[in-house]
Amino acid sequence: MQAIVCIKQVPDTTEVKIDPERGTLIREGVPSIINPFDTYAIEEALRWKEKLGGKVTVITMGPPQALNALKEAVAMGADEAILLSDPAFAGADTWATAYTLAAAIRKIGHFDLIFCGRQAIDGDTGQVGPGVATQLQINQLTYVCKISSLDLAQKRIEVERLVEEGKEVVQSSLPCLITVVKDINQPRYPTILGIRRSQKVQIPIWTSKDLEVDPALIGLNGSPTRVVKIETPPARQGKCQIMQAESVEQQAELLAEKLLAEKIIV
Amino acid sequence: MALLEIKRDACTGCGLCIDACPFGALSLDGERIIKVSEACTGCGACVPVCPTAALSLPEVEKKSVPDLNSYQGVWVWVEQNNGRASSISWEMIGEGKRLAEKRRTMLTACVLGHQAEHIAREAIAYGADRVFLVDDPTLKVYRTDPYARCLVELVRKYKPEIFLLGASTRGRDLAGAVATYLYTGLTADCTGLEIEEGSNLLLQIRPAFGGNIMATIKCENYRPQMATVRHHVFEMPVPDHSHQGQIVREKPVMLEEQIATRVLDLIVEKNEINIADAKIIVSGGRGLKGPEGFTLIHELAEVLGGAVGASRAAVDAGWISYAHQVGQTGRTVRPDLYVACGISGAIQHQAGMRTSKIIVAINKDPEAPIFQIADYGIVGDLFSVVPALTRALKKRLNK
Repeated sequence: MQAIVCIKQVPDTTEVKIDPERGTLIREGVPSIINPFDTYAIEEALRWKEKLGGKVTVITMGPPQALNALKEAVAMGADEAILLSDPAFAGADTWATAYTLAAAIRKIGHFDLIFCGRQAIDGDTGQVGPGVATQLQINQLTYVCKISSLDLAQKRIEVERLVEEGKEVVQSSLPCLITVVKDINQPRYPTILGIRRSQKVQIPIWTSKDLEVDPALIGLNGSPTRVVKIETPPARQGKCQIMQAESVEQQAELLAEKLLAEKIIV
Repeated sequence: MALLEIKRDACTGCGLCIDACPFGALSLDGERIIKVSEACTGCGACVPVCPTAALSLPEVEKKSVPDLNSYQGVWVWVEQNNGRASSISWEMIGEGKRLAEKRRTMLTACVLGHQAEHIAREAIAYGADRVFLVDDPTLKVYRTDPYARCLVELVRKYKPEIFLLGASTRGRDLAGAVATYLYTGLTADCTGLEIEEGSNLLLQIRPAFGGNIMATIKCENYRPQMATVRHHVFEMPVPDHSHQGQIVREKPVMLEEQIATRVLDLIVEKNEINIADAKIIVSGGRGLKGPEGFTLIHELAEVLGGAVGASRAAVDAGWISYAHQVGQTGRTVRPDLYVACGISGAIQHQAGMRTSKIIVAINKDPEAPIFQIADYGIVGDLFSVVPALTRALKKRLNK
């Protein structure tokens, strides 16, 4: 199985805190990590490689320090990694990002499956996966929580997708792109051997000159959308009434009265 | 990847932009003038905080798109599964109607399905002036390819100015494909939409960084302006069955043999109320200390006739399945009543529930952030408070 995993390096948003006075993000000391959803994508690719043989190639687009995310993926067990980095890629929105990733995947050549996380925790869009699939004119299966079967000879995959009503069982032909949710597996930790390999591995850096891309369609220039304003959200005006009473029972009674008075419970 | 331009004579070295940068790309390092590293992605978060307007991003060259004005009208995709429309679509119709009135234009609904004429009529009752109905067995259940290509053809033929889709799993799957085909802008998971005075552009407001910041996004030179919008953000409109509208039948663009995917089954979790649609949600977090803790949550939810939610901590610990997770990486909910038990209320959790009508917090830590957004609270041990509340409500509701 030839698998390609698209990952993104993100600030760990669970570590991001707000300065209550200035209302700004406190970024100091916030580590950069592999987007958590992408670690499930890496893990799933590795598990199927272990079953079926083949190769897992991890790619990312980002600044030079995104190399660290690729090294971590290699430490987990990925065979190869490629960094797409060029000032010309900067400021890309989801359209331009998908366009650039798709160009890199074409250059890599043959693949059976592309794995992505369902969304990145900084942008939260979930659009790059479908964008890459559409650029490459292959099928997409998003929000996958289980790959039930994968048959390379018959070029068939069967998955369960997490949808609002439950789980949808879908069959598709290969090659295709899947985006995974975190129910799918438990990502492994890097091994000592893997970490050693990740220190030595050569990770090529591809710039716009290495890819067949139209310069008008990459980076900020190629992006149809533009961020025009960023602000911290207004705090919800909860004037919290704390139930004060002698005992827990009385507190609960008080709260029950309040809730019934709201006429929400029927 | 530094895109940011710094006016050296305007920068006072005050450092406000350092805090605003989500990527840690800015520093002073003892210098008087701010320095930008390669971590800069050109997101623009620092630009408005600079008191001396020393920071800017390069102006984007205007693409010459001569027929921008030929794109008119507001469109909404009506999501259906096996002949049942999903409520998120009617919320979109309500919001689409408001935007269409502001733009003095028509609201069009796109209904793709099989034997789905009743959904087209429903769309008109909710406010659509026109419905494109593509009725075909290949469209009975949602699949990316036949749906995306069909919408792409409709857009190319009729050229809408604005196209809204619900940010459900299907809506996000579809919108990403359609916008890519059309080479136009798509903003995911919006929580606010406005028409900008003067330019008449769609201002698309969405949370990013787990709800830590709100970004306003524009799509100036491409059409349609596409957005997916979160569930429960906009009010459900009231249907008016006397409202008149036109149903236009269109043809699908793919034959069954050209479609490479098959939907084999839909496995629905039985005996569970789906948190996405629940009016009342009782959620548990880290404070439950283990999977057994959810028994208390289930009991309270049962008395209230509500669904069971959970924080990421509880899901990550394996105490309850991911389908129950509320928050940034789970589901966005907007129930009438949200009861948070043993949930501290991190910003990521708040991002998924802060628009609930009434929020109740039960937590032993009076400093927990959840109390800052709650309407009612009890500071105490949830293992005694929750059962007491269940009993108190049971008594009053005669259950």
